[in-house]
Amino acid sequence: MRTEKPQTAKVFSFHGGIHPPENKAQSLQLPLGKPSLPSELILPLGQHIGQSSRPLVKVGDKVLKGETIAINNGFLSSFLHAPTSGTITAIEERLIAHPSGLSDLCIVLTPDGNETWTDLEPLNNWQDISKTDVLAYLSEMGIVGMGGAGFPTQVKLQGAHKNPLTHFIINAAECEPYITADDMLIREKTLELVAGIEILQHLVEAENVIIGIEDNKPTAIAALKTVLTQRNSDIQLAVVPTKYPSGGEKQLIQLLTGKEVPSGQYPADIGVLCQNVGTCVAIHDAITQGKPLISRFTTLTGDALKSPQNVEVLFGTPVAHLLEYADYESKKLSRLIMGGPMMGYTLDSAAVPIVKTSNCILAASKKELPAPAPEQACIRCGMCEQACPASLLPQQLLWFSKSQEFEKAEHHNLFDCIECGACSYVCPSSIPLVQYYRHSKSSIREAREANVKADLAKQRFEARKARQDAEAAEKEAKRLARQKATTNKATDAKKAAPAKATPTAAAAPATNDESKKLKVDIAIGKSKLKKLQKQLLEAQENEHVEEISNLQLQVTDQEKAIAALEEQLAKTPSAAPAAPAANTEKATPAPVSDELKKAKVDVALIGVKLKKLQKQLVETPDDQELKDKIAAFEADLKAAQDIVSKLSSNAQSSTNATAAEPKAVMSDELKKLKIDAAIAKAAVKKVEKALKKAEEIKAPEADAIRQQLKEAQQRADELEKALANPETAAPKAAPEKAAPTAENTDAEAAKKRKIDLAIAKAGIKKAEKNIQLLKDQGKEESEIEASEWPKKLIEAQQKLAALEAEEGAPAPVEKTAEPVANSEAKAEPEMDLATQIKKEKVAVALAKAQINKLNKRLESTPEEAESIKQEIAATEQRLQSAEALLEKLIHSQTNMQENR
Amino acid sequence: MALLRITSPHTQRAGRRTSWVMQMVILATVPGIVVQTWLFGWGTLINLMIASITALLSEAAILAIRRRAVGFFLKDYSALLTAVLLGVALPPVVPWWVTVTAVAFAIIFAKQLYGGLGNNPFNPAMVGYAIVLVSFPVPMSQWLGVQSMIPAGETLSFMQSLQAIFHQLPVIDSYTMATPLDGFKHKDLLDSQAAFSSIAALQGPSLNSWLWVNAAYLVGGLGLIWLRIITWHTPAATLGALLVMAGVFHLFDPSNTATPFFHLTTGAAMFGAFFIATDPVSSCTSNRGKLIYGAGIGILIYIIRSWGGYPDGVAFGVLLMNFAAPLIDYYTQPRTYGHKKAKTGLKIGEDN
Repeated sequence: MRTEKPQTAKVFSFHGGIHPPENKAQSLQLPLGKPSLPSELILPLGQHIGQSSRPLVKVGDKVLKGETIAINNGFLSSFLHAPTSGTITAIEERLIAHPSGLSDLCIVLTPDGNETWTDLEPLNNWQDISKTDVLAYLSEMGIVGMGGAGFPTQVKLQGAHKNPLTHFIINAAECEPYITADDMLIREKTLELVAGIEILQHLVEAENVIIGIEDNKPTAIAALKTVLTQRNSDIQLAVVPTKYPSGGEKQLIQLLTGKEVPSGQYPADIGVLCQNVGTCVAIHDAITQGKPLISRFTTLTGDALKSPQNVEVLFGTPVAHLLEYADYESKKLSRLIMGGPMMGYTLDSAAVPIVKTSNCILAASKKELPAPAPEQACIRCGMCEQACPASLLPQQLLWFSKSQEFEKAEHHNLFDCIECGACSYVCPSSIPLVQYYRHSKSSIREAREANVKADLAKQRFEARKARQDAEAAEKEAKRLARQKATTNKATDAKKAAPAKATPTAAAAPATNDESKKLKVDIAIGKSKLKKLQKQLLEAQENEHVEEISNLQLQVTDQEKAIAALEEQLAKTPSAAPAAPAANTEKATPAPVSDELKKAKVDVALIGVKLKKLQKQLVETPDDQELKDKIAAFEADLKAAQDIVSKLSSNAQSSTNATAAEPKAVMSDELKKLKIDAAIAKAAVKKVEKALKKAEEIKAPEADAIRQQLKEAQQRADELEKALANPETAAPKAAPEKAAPTAENTDAEAAKKRKIDLAIAKAGIKKAEKNIQLLKDQGKEESEIEASEWPKKLIEAQQKLAALEAEEGAPAPVEKTAEPVANSEAKAEPEMDLATQIKKEKVAVALAKAQINKLNKRLESTPEEAESIKQEIAATEQRLQSAEALLEKLIHSQTNMQENR
Repeated sequence: MALLRITSPHTQRAGRRTSWVMQMVILATVPGIVVQTWLFGWGTLINLMIASITALLSEAAILAIRRRAVGFFLKDYSALLTAVLLGVALPPVVPWWVTVTAVAFAIIFAKQLYGGLGNNPFNPAMVGYAIVLVSFPVPMSQWLGVQSMIPAGETLSFMQSLQAIFHQLPVIDSYTMATPLDGFKHKDLLDSQAAFSSIAALQGPSLNSWLWVNAAYLVGGLGLIWLRIITWHTPAATLGALLVMAGVFHLFDPSNTATPFFHLTTGAAMFGAFFIATDPVSSCTSNRGKLIYGAGIGILIYIIRSWGGYPDGVAFGVLLMNFAAPLIDYYTQPRTYGHKKAKTGLKIGEDN
C-alpha cells in the first residue's frame, strides 16, 4: 500500500447509522463571516477536559491579544490566552456553555478595540528540537481537541505512543446535520490544515496518515486533493459515504481501518490517533506563527437566523452577540442548541460564551425542531437495532432501563452506547431512548460510587478497630515485658546461686531469639508482600491508576524490607549454632519456666512488630489496603503464636530431661509452689462459688463455707507470696525443710478437696435431677441435649473425677512415701518422682478442667472471644507441658524401678 | 424567550410513527385481500368489517377500564391490524360470532390483559385464531372453493355471504370444499400421486387459487421489506426451513409427502411468514434471533401439517415460538462494537 501511495484510502463500513436531513446548505451560502468585537469576552477557565486553568491575571490588568491569562493546573489541563487586547474587568462565576446549564468561574475581558498583539514567538525550529519540547509548546499555546471533547492535545499526543501508531486519522467527516464549520475551515485553510497535519505526523510518525471526509463536502474534497497533489504529500484522502455518525471517533476508525476500538480502551491501544481538522490548523498557526488558540470557526445556523453562516469567532464571544450578527428572529427561536441536532445540548440563555469546543450554534424554530412527540409503547420493531452504530440491542436496553434491571442492561453492554441518538431518531414510538440510557448509566454510576463509599466507610471502621486492637496488643506486650522483667530477676538470682549463669549461656538463647524473631518477621513480610502483589494485580485489571502506583511503591518497599531481614537472618545463624552448643557443653539446664518465658517474649515481640507495622499502615495515606493487610497480620500473629507454642513445648521436652535430674530440685520446688498456688486459687474460686450458691439457697452451711473461703484465700495469698519471692521461698522449700510445709499444705489441700468434692457431687446430683425432671416432663432426648444440663452434668463429672484423682493421690503418696522415707536414702529420688508424677497429674487434670471452663465461657460470651481464646491457648500450653513432664516422669520412674 | 431545554437528540425521523408502521402493514395485506375476495367472494371483506369493529370496541372498552387515553391508543392502528390479520385468516363465511370471539379474545386477553401494545408475549391474532380453531372446529374448516370446482359453479354473492355469516345459508355446502392442505391431510392410505390425481382439493384450479393467495401475500410482504418495516430474516428463515423440511422429507419419501412447492404455495405459508411471524412485539429482536425464530416456525409448520391434528400449523407454530423468543433473545445478542465476541445468556457479573 505504501509503495504506490494511493491518494484515496480503502473505506470500510460500520453497522447501522442513519441519514437525517443534512441541512448543511443553509450555512454555506454566505462566505466566512467575521463578527465585530463584542462589548465583553467571557472566558471560562474550564474549556477543556480536565482541571480548570489557573488564572494569571487580576481584575484591572491590561492584557494584549494572545497573552497568557491562565495556565494549566496539573497534567490534564490547558493554557488560556486573551483573544483580544483589553482590560480584565472581572473574574467571576458566569453562565457557561455546558449541558448542565450551570455557572463556572470565568475571566471577563473588556476589549479596548485595538487588537494589539503580544510578541509572537513561532517555533520555527520544530523539526530540530525534541518532540517533548514541541508538545510543551503546544500545551502553552492552549491547543485542545476542537472536535467536541476538548481533550488537551499534548496529552493525547503523548498517549499516542502507547503502541506503534499504524494510523493517524484526521477527522473531517463532520457527520452531524447543520454543522459546516469544518467544511468551511478546510475550504478556507486547506494549506494550513495540510501543513498542520505534517507537523503532527512529524510528532507521531504514523505508518498511514488518512483524512476521513464525508462525500457531502465536494468543494472541501477538491481543495484538499489539489493541495495534496501540489505538495506531493503522503497523506491519503478517504472519502466516506455520508452516514451519521461516521464522524464519531470509533466509527471513523472502523471506516478507515476496519478495526474496532476494544470496549473500554482508547484508539491509542490499537495504534490509532484521531485529530480534528480544527486542531491541526490550530497547531499549524501556533507553531509557524506563534499564535495561541484564541478563535475558531463556528457555524451559525437554524431557521431562526436570517443569515446563517460560518464565522471565525474569538473565544468568549457571547452567543447573543453572534445571534445578533446573524440576524436572528426572536419570535421564531424555540430551541437554542450548541452543537448539532443529534448530540448538541440546549442552551438556557444566549449569554453563554463560545468556547474552544463550540462548533455550531443552532437557533432552531419550532417547525424545524418540534417538541418531541409523546412517547408510545415500544413495539420492538427493531429499527433502533438496525440503526445502532455500536450493534447494541436498544429495545432490550430500553426494557431493562425502564424496569431498572441495571445488571441486565450492563450485560447488554449499555456502557458501549455512544449516545449518538440514532436509535431515538428512528424510533417510530418517539421513545427518548438515549435519555433512558443516560439515566440508567448515571444510576449505575451512582450505585457504583455509593458502593465505593460504603467500602471506604467499612475500611475506615475496620482500620479503627485494628488500631484499637493494636493498642490493646501493645498494652498486653508491655505487661508481658514487665512480667518478664520481674521473673528474669528471679531467674537471674537463681542462676547466680549455682554460679553457672555464664554470659555465653545467656547470649546463646538471645541469638536464638533473634533469629526466630527475624524468621517470623520475614514470614510476616512475605505474606504482606503476597497480599500487596495480589492487590496490585487486581488494581491493574480494574485500571485503578492511582492505586496502581501506590501499591507498586508499597510492593517495592516490602520487597526491600524482606531482603534486609533475610540478610540479617543470614548473619545470625553464625551466632545461633553456638547457642545449642553452649547449652549442651555447659549442660546448664535452663529452667522450664525460663524457656516458656522466652517463647512468650517471642509472641510479645511479634505483637509489638505487628503493632509497628499496623502503625506504618495507618500512616500510609491509602486506606484501601488497610483491611486486608491487618487481617493478614493478625493471621500471621496467630501463626506465630502457634509456632511459639510448638517451640516452647519442644524446648520444654528437651529441658524437662534435665529438669528431671536431681539438680532441678529448686525449679521443681518452684513448680510445686506454683501448682499449690493454682490449686489454692481454684479452691478459693470454688469456695466462692459454693458460698454464692449457699447464699442463694440460704443454706445454713453458708457461714462454714465463708470460713473455708477465708482460709482458702489466706492459703492462696501465702502461696502467691511464696511464689513471688522465690528467694525466700527457695530455702524454705529446701528438701529438708519442705516436709512440714508440705504436710501443712497437704492437710489444708485435703480439706479443700473434700469441700470441692462435695460441691461437685452436689452439682452432679443437681444436673442429674434436672435431666430427670426434663425427662419426666416428657421432653425429647434432643431437647434435653439442647438444654445445658447434660453438659453441666458431664462437666461436673469431670470435675469430680479430677477431684477424686487429687483426693486419691495424696493418700497413696503418704502411704508409699512413709515406708520409702523410712527405708534407704536411695529410695528418695523414687519418692520424689512419685510425688512429682502425682503433682503433674493434678496439674493435667486442672488444666483440662480449666480448658473446659474456658470453652464454656467462650460459648456464653462471644464478645470476649479473643481474650478467652488466648487464655485457652495458654492453658493448653500448660496442659501440654504438664503432660509432657508427666510422661517423662513416669518414664524415668519405670526406668528406675526396672533398674532396681 | 422561552427556550426548550431537552437533551440530545433534538430531531426525529419525520412521519414514520408507530401508526404509520401499522398502516403500512395493513396496506400490505391489500393484495391478499383482493385475491381472496376475487376467489372466495365478499365473505373476507365482511369478516374484516366485523373484526375491525369488534377490535376497536374491545380496545376502547379495555382502555377506558384501564383509564388510558382511548383516542391516543386507538390511533396507533395496532388493534385494527390485529383485526385485519384475523379477518383474512378466518374462513370467508365463518359465522359472525366466531369472528367476534376470536378478535375480542385476541384484543382483550392476548393483548390488553398483558399491558397493551408492546407487552404481549404472544401474537394476539394467532391467539384469537387458535382459540376459535380449537373451540369451533366445524365452522373453522368450512373454506369456500373456487367457482370452477364447486357444485354451485359460482362464488357467493354479497347477500349470500351476509346470509351465510349472520344467519345460515342452507345451500352453503355446494359452495364449500376442502382446502388443498385439508385434502392432502385426509388422503388416508393413498400415496401422493394417487392423491393428487383423485382428490378434488388437490386438482389444478384449487391449487392455483391458493397459489394466487400466497403470491399476493408474498408481494405485500416484499413491500414491507422494501419499506424496511420488517427485515428479511424472519420470513426467509420461515420459508427456508419449510422448504428444507419439505424437500428433505419429499426426497426420502416421495410417495407419502407433498413437494416443497406445494407446501410453500398452500395454506398460510406466505401470510404466516411475512405477516404473522414478523410481528415484532412477540418475536425475536436480533437478526440472528430472527433467523432462529423463523426457522423454528418453519419447522413447526411442516411438523404440524405432516403429523399434527390440523391441516395447517402457522398459528401453533408461531405461538410455540413466541414462548421461545425471550430465551432466543438472550442467546443471540449481536456482537457489540469493540467486543471480541457476543455475550450470550445472562451471566451477570461476567465481562468480556
